[in-house]
Amino acid sequence: MQSHLADGPDPNETAMAAERPLLSGAEIAIQALIDEGVEYVFGYPGGAVLHIYDALFQRGDAIKHVLVRHEQGATHAADGYARATGKCGVCLVTSGPGATNAVTGIATAHLDSIPLVVITGQVPTPVIGSDAFQEVDTVGITRPCVKHNFLVKRLEDLAETIRKAFYIAQSGRPGPVVVDIPKDVTDPNVKIPYVYPRDLNIRSYNPAKRGHLGQIRKAVEAMLDAKRPIFYTGGGAVLDDAAAPLTELVRALGFPITSTLMGLGAYPMTDKQFLGMLGMHGTYEANMAMHETDCLIAIGARFDDRVTGKIEHFCPHAEIIHVDVDPSSISKNVKVQVPIVGPVGSVVTDMLSILRESGGRPDQTALAAWWEQIDAWRGIDCMRYDRSSPMIKPQFAVETLYKVTNGDLYLTSDVGQHQMFAAQFYPFDKPRRWINSGGLGTMGFGLPAAMGVQLGHPDAQVACISGEASILMCIQEMATCKQYSLPIKVVLLNNGYMGMVRQWQEFFYESRYAHSYVDALPDFVALAQSFGHVGMRVEQPDQLESAMREAFAMKDRFVFLDVIVDPSENVYPMICAGKGHHEMELPPTMSERELA
Amino acid sequence: MLVENEAGALSRIAGLFSARGYNIESLTVAATDEASLSRMTLVTSGNDDIVEQIKKQLNKLIDVVKLQDLAEGEHIEREMMLIKVKAAGPDREELKRLTEIFRAKIIDVTDASYIVELTGASRKLDAFIGAVPEGLITEVVRSGPTGILRGAKGLTL
Ligand SMILES: Cc1ncc(C[n+]2csc(CCOP(=O)(O)OP(=O)(O)O)c2C)c(N)n1
Ligand SMILES: [Mg+2]
Repeated sequence: MQSHLADGPDPNETAMAAERPLLSGAEIAIQALIDEGVEYVFGYPGGAVLHIYDALFQRGDAIKHVLVRHEQGATHAADGYARATGKCGVCLVTSGPGATNAVTGIATAHLDSIPLVVITGQVPTPVIGSDAFQEVDTVGITRPCVKHNFLVKRLEDLAETIRKAFYIAQSGRPGPVVVDIPKDVTDPNVKIPYVYPRDLNIRSYNPAKRGHLGQIRKAVEAMLDAKRPIFYTGGGAVLDDAAAPLTELVRALGFPITSTLMGLGAYPMTDKQFLGMLGMHGTYEANMAMHETDCLIAIGARFDDRVTGKIEHFCPHAEIIHVDVDPSSISKNVKVQVPIVGPVGSVVTDMLSILRESGGRPDQTALAAWWEQIDAWRGIDCMRYDRSSPMIKPQFAVETLYKVTNGDLYLTSDVGQHQMFAAQFYPFDKPRRWINSGGLGTMGFGLPAAMGVQLGHPDAQVACISGEASILMCIQEMATCKQYSLPIKVVLLNNGYMGMVRQWQEFFYESRYAHSYVDALPDFVALAQSFGHVGMRVEQPDQLESAMREAFAMKDRFVFLDVIVDPSENVYPMICAGKGHHEMELPPTMSERELA
Repeated sequence: MLVENEAGALSRIAGLFSARGYNIESLTVAATDEASLSRMTLVTSGNDDIVEQIKKQLNKLIDVVKLQDLAEGEHIEREMMLIKVKAAGPDREELKRLTEIFRAKIIDVTDASYIVELTGASRKLDAFIGAVPEGLITEVVRSGPTGILRGAKGLTL
């Protein structure tokens, strides 16, 4: 650069040089986030990131920092923000314990392909490898649970590395990227000219931009030939914002559609073509249709074991079309006949236009017979439960939540029975509304995730459905909610048990309830109050709706609603281990219940 | 495989194999004529589906620039071995003869030992080890195979 100027300045270059301020590494880290358009950073300070925090302080309000109460909370909050807004979530944590605390959240984001950039402080480069104070090999620890990670050893590489991190996190199949920055790289006294690189070329990384048209045509032909077709959509349809073309395609064809836990809302769940969720706790009609289909159209789904049941029994009669942006997802667990690698939104849009051009229509007679069969399966009423129970049934609580919120809600969840009940009984009509940890199944996710959701959508209704065991895993974040006045509603389905564990022990361990009873619970109402929030408890079914209405009417308050539910309820239907989709356990009938 | 010549690239690849339960039978790595790239030859095993999945997973790693499955085409494989043998009395002659038959080289000599260098297909190295009389082998060092596709086309960017 300087020698260039000495040769006689190129006017463009001089102008650029004038725009290149001298910044320290710490200032570059913050400026790069600002240039990236980052709105919120979820973080927690410590020695290795103090220079960065100081640079953040000096920039005032250019970027908003949210101080969580545990680094796990930072990662889940950034993750919830990303899931609800479609933007990249950002975290800033210190070295050593800061980084290790973040690992659970990074892995959670990794398994659900959520774009995160996690900046971790590291000990200064000269002491790396010496077991220095708060040193861990962050790049080593996080390697198996990130899309990619970087250790930035040179100040000159910092801006470009941060740019790469954002690009990698958000492109192709999204995922978390860790940028580990040693403290000396952020030294406030060492400054270099800063420019944020807009254009990037990573020679070894070229995610697919479009699907292969020949393959897409083949897929459309297969759909038109099908007699018993079904769409099976996953988280990829939500992540790629494919809801609109997907809905159009499914409606144009008139085919039934089912979804994984992660894909709920990509197609309106109240629509009659939607068969409910599939898989372990999916509906009878969705799973039976999967078993009987002759043409499975998988869109942004990954054939997870909770979805397929025993692989040998999976879709035995089907020709399988699989659309995914990640080639390694295709034919990983199940062999497919028509693979299409590409972003699902663009592929589905191409499918639509090819379908329209072809002027073809599916076989209406066959389709009518298929729907007749599906309606017969629907008639089984696989999610029936005892509506006359004197105790609040968890299913009833979720139905009431739907009624009170008019279906217009961002709902985060923890992990357990409450999560399944929410997925079964709260029909989401829009994507990015149902926010839960599907892949890793991380208890403690719900509350911090709701913080990110609420910050991303300040005017929206946001609730977290949880269990009394899960909520305690990140309960400290109630303080964060207070500090930032986040009016989240926690709906605690309090069954006194790690319900999902208890259910498995009941079914598979002859009711030996080893350590699944959640003893010594706090008084959640008092606990919420002690954090400065509103706490409420409901025990009677007939008081639930009014209590929920009261809670949601407090538009600017965080309300913790402790709902005491039937401790013995189980999640049905269920496909047990080693079974196929056609071998579901249905809920016991009333008389069977009485016998038991 | 052509791989970014960066700290961590090797552990990403090794980590992928251990995390997903794939075998690494051997792995050789060294710099290439292009300073920013390393070349690796990795030998693994599994049925077609597994090998296909291994290739996809490797390609997904950001540090893997290019990958070629040598088993898909005509290729050449070479491995190098250094083998230290006890060479005293009549064994000295016998070992020398063996070395000639295998077109190997004796590269270090003491009163009591030879070091033999042998390059070739892995099977040839196995055969040499098998041919050395019982009890004479002190030490075996093998590089693991490296490979290249036959013909004019190269694995380049
Ligand atoms: C961090 C973590 N530890 C353990 C588990 C295993 N696990 C899955 S569900 C569950 C019980 C959850 O209990 P609760 O939050 O009360 O929900 P419920 O099933 O009762 O609705 C446990 C322990 C997990 N998913 N995550
Ligand atoms: Mg519980």
